Amino acid sequence: MTSALLNENLSQISLLFIYGAMALYTFSFLAFATHLSRLASTKEASRKTASGVEKFAMVMLILSAIVHAIGVVLRGIAANRVPWANMYEFSITGSLIVVVIFLFSLLIRDVRLIATFISGITLLVLGLATSVWYIKVKTLMPALQSYWLVIHVLVAVLATAFFSIATAFAVVYLLRDAAWLAKAKGKLFGFVRRVIELFPSSDKLEKSAYRFNIIGFILWSFTLIAGAIWAERAWHRYWGWDTKEVWTFIIWTIYAGYLHANATRGWTGKRSAWLALVGFAAIIFNFTIVNLFFKGLHVYSGLK
Amino acid sequence: MRTALVLLLMLAAAAVPGSIYPQRSADPNGVSKFFDDNPDLAKILDGIQLFDVYTSAWFSAIYILLFISLIGCVLPRTIAHAKNLFEAPVATPSNLRRMPAFLATKLGKAAQREAIERAESLLRKQRYRVARQVDADGGVSFSAERGYARETGNLVFHVALIGVLFAVGLGGGFSYSGQRVLVEGETFVNNLAGYDSFSPGAFFKPEMLTPFSVTLDKFKATFDLQNETNIGTPLDFRADVTSRLVGVDGKTTESHSVIRVNEPLEMPGSKLYLTGNGYAPVITIRDKNGDVAFSGPTEFLPQDRNYTSLGVIKVPDGAGPQFGILAFFYPTQDKLNTGAKTSIYPDPIDPLLTMNVYVGDLGLDSGQPKNVFQLDIKSMKQVAGGKSGVKGLELVPGQTVKLPKNLGTVTFDGIKRYASLDVSYNPGGLWVLIFALLALAGVTLSLTIPRRRVWVAVRDGELQVAALARGDDPALERVVAEITAELTMAEAPSGTAAGGSSTEGKTND
Repeated sequence: MTSALLNENLSQISLLFIYGAMALYTFSFLAFATHLSRLASTKEASRKTASGVEKFAMVMLILSAIVHAIGVVLRGIAANRVPWANMYEFSITGSLIVVVIFLFSLLIRDVRLIATFISGITLLVLGLATSVWYIKVKTLMPALQSYWLVIHVLVAVLATAFFSIATAFAVVYLLRDAAWLAKAKGKLFGFVRRVIELFPSSDKLEKSAYRFNIIGFILWSFTLIAGAIWAERAWHRYWGWDTKEVWTFIIWTIYAGYLHANATRGWTGKRSAWLALVGFAAIIFNFTIVNLFFKGLHVYSGLK
Repeated sequence: MRTALVLLLMLAAAAVPGSIYPQRSADPNGVSKFFDDNPDLAKILDGIQLFDVYTSAWFSAIYILLFISLIGCVLPRTIAHAKNLFEAPVATPSNLRRMPAFLATKLGKAAQREAIERAESLLRKQRYRVARQVDADGGVSFSAERGYARETGNLVFHVALIGVLFAVGLGGGFSYSGQRVLVEGETFVNNLAGYDSFSPGAFFKPEMLTPFSVTLDKFKATFDLQNETNIGTPLDFRADVTSRLVGVDGKTTESHSVIRVNEPLEMPGSKLYLTGNGYAPVITIRDKNGDVAFSGPTEFLPQDRNYTSLGVIKVPDGAGPQFGILAFFYPTQDKLNTGAKTSIYPDPIDPLLTMNVYVGDLGLDSGQPKNVFQLDIKSMKQVAGGKSGVKGLELVPGQTVKLPKNLGTVTFDGIKRYASLDVSYNPGGLWVLIFALLALAGVTLSLTIPRRRVWVAVRDGELQVAALARGDDPALERVVAEITAELTMAEAPSGTAAGGSSTEGKTND
């Protein structure tokens, strides 16, 4: 690692692709949202046009993913390494993986209805990444020069992606069974109720959330172990309760609680769905607040 | 389950404060700073062990309870599962229509016989444990079960967690870790006196330290000077060392190696890690008679990414009064708009050493240990730099300047680098890893392998296939449909009642 050449021009081109992907995700998000609202419409003529809108939205989503992927790959080439060494890169790579996993999930089962959520959240993450977390392309600091960067972080991104999709299901599940929503008066709530009605039964939503969460949990366990192996090499101990280690542990424990809740009478259903949401909130907290404001060894946001 | 769930959530909540307040184990300087900044609050927090969360009584209580509940749960389940492994699958229920997945197919007599004959081998081929049953009315049915690995995996996971806990505890007891700062040319000898700081585990004995020595021949830091957006970013830290190890035969073997951030040096019984580095300017101070009062490299603490470094020199034994120097080292000097000096690049391209001089009691005679990086200036008088009226001293390498108040002279002889090394030993690490991987394998099995019972029976002139899952099983209905298809397809070649079969299905999923 003496003279890794960085290509700032290429990194600018990569950024353009990310902006392009954001524009396409916006179309996709709006189209998916329109699709949902048409489906939920009380007018039959409106409902009939829904599937055409959905096709357009899906094409847009695939296009966005391709442009997004080019942006990520170019960033990697510009940096001469894996594109996930700081918050900006972690965000663009992580959100791409969410979209890719979602697209692949479509092949296995019909999860189209959460597409609005997926495209929306991706747009939000890319917006934050480009506006708040963006940094110019940098080399790796010596502590990050390890093949564990590829394994540990990639699996963490994958786990986060699975947890995100599971969270989408859990949110819809909770809305579907929410008593306040069923009682709430007003046009908007009526519309939300009709949208929620479009989704599969609560039982199916709950199971989908569970299945994505268990994959997330297995990957998260692996992230934790891989992190400990790397810490043993880089920081002379496998576990030292560094703030990031603490939060990785907290997240693991919450999801372990979620798994237990799913097998505990009185805790299945809503309570376990809430636990899944708490777990995901901890992930978001770990990635944003802990990265930016907590003192610790994982100071890799690249921001000052 | 409810106990475990509540304890898990309590454990998660109890871990949070350790990320908010500095911990003695991870950040001892942060703790002392907290005590300096908020002495009253710190005392209260310390009283409830908030600076030692992960060894605190309350945190320990939660995880010990959790493990007791775990053992209490796993023991009976292991016994039940072991019994289960040797038992035949349960008797076929009298009404299969009540099962969550069920399919019935009307078949002719011959086809019925053929289907039930093929059922056993088909189920066995699909790795079910199969028991042939004869119903009260003389009809034959098969009761099958698979996915025992789900429970096995679950138990392995929980037992492995106990293993992790013991490996962490015992390994920690026999472990040690110590720190040593080495300036280029210096040698570290692995005995207790050789360490700047040392933290042993509960069962540590000094004999556990293998006799070896390590000399830092050269420390090389490479910074980026090529990529415009990346100037000054460290690319590589490398410590070239010579290690000497005395073998059992009394002979010393010498070897040269390199320590990097992700590449520790493995010595017998311990590993040496590179955890930090900085500059150690070589300084000589002569008193008014020209006698050397201080000489040698002094470790300076880096203050920013461009290695603006702060160092302290204490001169207690000159011909004149005691004095101390607060010095700044700038590897590549520059001036800020405010007039203050700064460093703009971490390598010594245009190095400068500046000094403020203080005269007075250094406080070294009180017997209390003093931080070598701190100068207690409360009872001292500043005689150079700041508001003393005398300009602070400025030196480039090779330069000698006079100290104020006839204290003598100071010479900046040259620049050396130092490396902070961490020497660690933890025999538990490998065991923790083995148990952790076992736990991972166990949890993967227990979450992904479906445990299900399948029944195949001929009743009421129809082939009945039913299934029941224990826990989550996405494939339950598909399995029933596939088994039915396999068993009824067999009749097609024999040509008996192919056209006449009708299928009645039901799903409770």
